Amino acid sequence: MYSASDLRKNLKIQIDGDPYVITDFQFVKPGKGQALYRCKLKNMITGSQFERTFRSVDTFQQADLQDRRMQYLYPEGNKYCFMDMESYEQVYLTEDQIGDAINYMIDNLEVDILFFGDRPLGITLPNFIDLVVTQADPWIKGDTATGEYKPATLETGYQIQVPPFVVEGEKIRVDTRTGEYVTRVKD
Amino acid sequence: MKKESLLARRKTNLVVRARIIEAIRLFFTDRAFLEVETPIRIPAPAPETHIDAIPSDGWFLHTSPELCMKRMLAAGYEKLFQLTKCFRHYERGSRHLPEFTMLEWYHGGIDYERLMAECEDLLIFISRYIGKGDSVTYQNRTVSLVKPWGRLSVREAFKRYSPLPLETVLADDRFDEIMVTCIEPGMDSDRPVFLFDYPRPLGSLARLKRDDPTIAERFEIYAGGLELANAFSELTDEEEQRSRFREEREQRVRLGKTEYPMPDRFLNDLSGMPEAAGIALGVDRLVMFFTDSPSIDEVVAFTPEEL
Repeated sequence: MYSASDLRKNLKIQIDGDPYVITDFQFVKPGKGQALYRCKLKNMITGSQFERTFRSVDTFQQADLQDRRMQYLYPEGNKYCFMDMESYEQVYLTEDQIGDAINYMIDNLEVDILFFGDRPLGITLPNFIDLVVTQADPWIKGDTATGEYKPATLETGYQIQVPPFVVEGEKIRVDTRTGEYVTRVKD
Repeated sequence: MKKESLLARRKTNLVVRARIIEAIRLFFTDRAFLEVETPIRIPAPAPETHIDAIPSDGWFLHTSPELCMKRMLAAGYEKLFQLTKCFRHYERGSRHLPEFTMLEWYHGGIDYERLMAECEDLLIFISRYIGKGDSVTYQNRTVSLVKPWGRLSVREAFKRYSPLPLETVLADDRFDEIMVTCIEPGMDSDRPVFLFDYPRPLGSLARLKRDDPTIAERFEIYAGGLELANAFSELTDEEEQRSRFREEREQRVRLGKTEYPMPDRFLNDLSGMPEAAGIALGVDRLVMFFTDSPSIDEVVAFTPEEL
């Protein structure tokens, strides 16, 4: 149980059976009046947002959220299948739930999936993922325009900017938080 | 290159802050007010429902110097002001610090309407003293300090800005919520506004209107949407004050809050207090207004989190 004084940005609470994340938080107190907590909340299932003002006497249930380690198996139509590495249970996430992580979905990738009860909500990738370059212009040695990045396509279809010396067939490391090239990787 | 620290970046604001405090002292001493100091640590804060004092070795840190200053008023100090640190438990937000600076003054022989005029004079004086002239820009809003400022009764404000009538809001204990969500946004105007005449339960140290005892003679100042000050025509009736304090104490007990001892010495002295008006003005908020700072953090050297 949380009390109003626990409220802060990014806290996850449960209201009317749904999990919400606090996206904005403001402590206000008019004149000689009572303390109020103005919050913007986002429903973690539907994504819908609303504003609500809480009082110091209000209490909140903790949202029943849990990260589970899962392995990516395969796409199926618009859905993506993952398997719990302990129970072998399989779950499907929609394209919307996967979001930008779609750029990194390679077979057997291990990710954290956030569950609300039995319901998968979203995905957390490892910070760095190594991917093979499937298409890139060749490196012209002696190119004076070094430092100029060039476009490349990775095995997932992700289009990325890489340094000129990166060639097809090589493996590179990508920072999933920024979506940017980090370094070449030797197998 | 070393990044300029938060503290270093606040220097411009802290310089203005010092000038504002200089201006306040000049304004009041020029008008024959006596600057006083009263103890910060006291045995019995005023029992107000929603103001919590920080305990200090069996006593409390004052939440305002009100009671001591009124005892001085009763003892014949007719015009007095104080700049002091006040402490309020659990108050922390972009406009709140648990330790903040208060300017409080009492003026014997006047009522809250004449005090409004004094407030207008003070802000114009400060503004000119720090070189801002008669208008100040706060968060993209130009606020003219030229007299007279706006005057709006709480009843009128509710008619204008609230989706619910004042009576309903009071009955449902939603006054503060509607204040914050509907009324205060309406106070962000091109001149400061005096919001005045609060329902009786919302001004426990204020005198009631002679022709309408459901209304307390209380006002708040809003400038650029910022709440700057709270003022009353002071209640001088000891019995009435005692019963109002009892109501507030019962409220505190109902809400499970710390019970404060009755401030008996203050109550005993009250019968000798002349008619007067008094006001508490948040100096940090005033500095926010004059330095165009969206957060109170930007007008103090250190926030509690930075210590």
